[in-house]
Amino acid sequence: MISALGPVAADLGANRVVRGIKIPHPCGDPSLDPTGDHELRVRLVRGSLKAIATPLDQAALFDGVAA
Amino acid sequence: MTALRVVHYLNQFFGRIGGEEAGDFAFAIREGPIGPGIGLQKELGDAGQVVATLICGDNRASTDLEAFGALVEAALRSQKADVLVAGPAFNAGRYGLAAGEACARAAAMGIPAVTAMNIENPGVELYRRRTYILPAPATAIGMPDTLARLARFAIRLGRKEPIGSPAVEGFYGRGVRKTQLLERPAAERALDMLSARLQGKPFVSELVLPPVERSTPAPPVKDVAHARIAIITTGGIVPKGNPDKLKQSNSTEWRTYPIEGLDSLEAGKYESIHAGYDTSAANANPNYVVPLDAMRELERAHAFGSIYSRYYVTVGVGTAVTESRRIGREIAADLRANGVDAVILTAT
Repeated sequence: MISALGPVAADLGANRVVRGIKIPHPCGDPSLDPTGDHELRVRLVRGSLKAIATPLDQAALFDGVAA
Repeated sequence: MTALRVVHYLNQFFGRIGGEEAGDFAFAIREGPIGPGIGLQKELGDAGQVVATLICGDNRASTDLEAFGALVEAALRSQKADVLVAGPAFNAGRYGLAAGEACARAAAMGIPAVTAMNIENPGVELYRRRTYILPAPATAIGMPDTLARLARFAIRLGRKEPIGSPAVEGFYGRGVRKTQLLERPAAERALDMLSARLQGKPFVSELVLPPVERSTPAPPVKDVAHARIAIITTGGIVPKGNPDKLKQSNSTEWRTYPIEGLDSLEAGKYESIHAGYDTSAANANPNYVVPLDAMRELERAHAFGSIYSRYYVTVGVGTAVTESRRIGREIAADLRANGVDAVILTAT
């Protein structure tokens, strides 16, 4: 899950949670220039791929991952 | 005080007709108490008299509750019932439906009614709002105690005594809100609770929240490089115009839309219909909620296998936990059927 309310999501039953940016735009930041915003989004998806590949016993929070 | 005229409903088994083979036993009225009704009569003492017992086969009743209910109504009238006691049905599902229906009909006619069943009985969820249902154990081992509680409750109902809240009286909540004036303002009561909590002392919440169900984390995907990944969003992103009229809140359904061959979700072609957040950013760039552009880039770079050809959408805001569970299970089945290995779910 990508959620701006990461810790809340992890507390309520989501096991792999990537910290999103903000509620209205969890996967980006309109205050950045288009390139920076796009790169941010790619980092979040990479973080999600990492979470998907990580063995877990309990809920964990992840961040975006640089290339 | 004259004894209340109590009518008792039993299924074919407790009514001493037979077991499953008698499941189609036709609705019948017998004079006086039968089977557990005798125990009920003892508990009622002089306060009530079991004037008649209504018996019906569980299959007969539950497969046509409409017709069954009509027969109950007629019987209650002909017997001039003051109170109806049904069951107890314990954990017998069809019996619980029949008992619940009988009591609901009585209540609708203005005749006080009460039944008892185990919390797992489907009759509880279906009828708790239409009649009083007392808790009962799962099996008839709990008969004597349950009859005693039914008798006491029936007498109070028959005498039109005031009945308190579920917390006090023990029946399953009927979803009725009664305004109460409390001595102390909410802020004081809340601080008392907080103080107790900080000191590790017990306190009683005024609002009961449903318990959080945790699931075991799924095993990791071993071969991400070849994994088929689907996008799900609860952010309400739909094709512009919301062609399937997806609800903006209190969701009860989910949809999928095709993204095959798309490099990104184009502004103007998609919109967010979610009622719970400021949708201006998402409408200006739907990839903020469904990150398709970033995923395509990583798909091209072989960071993972492929993006599943459709994305899934529903909305969160106000959606009941039971609906969410059902929606989740249905989506999971669809993912399985389509060979999806993992999901990225975006929440707003």
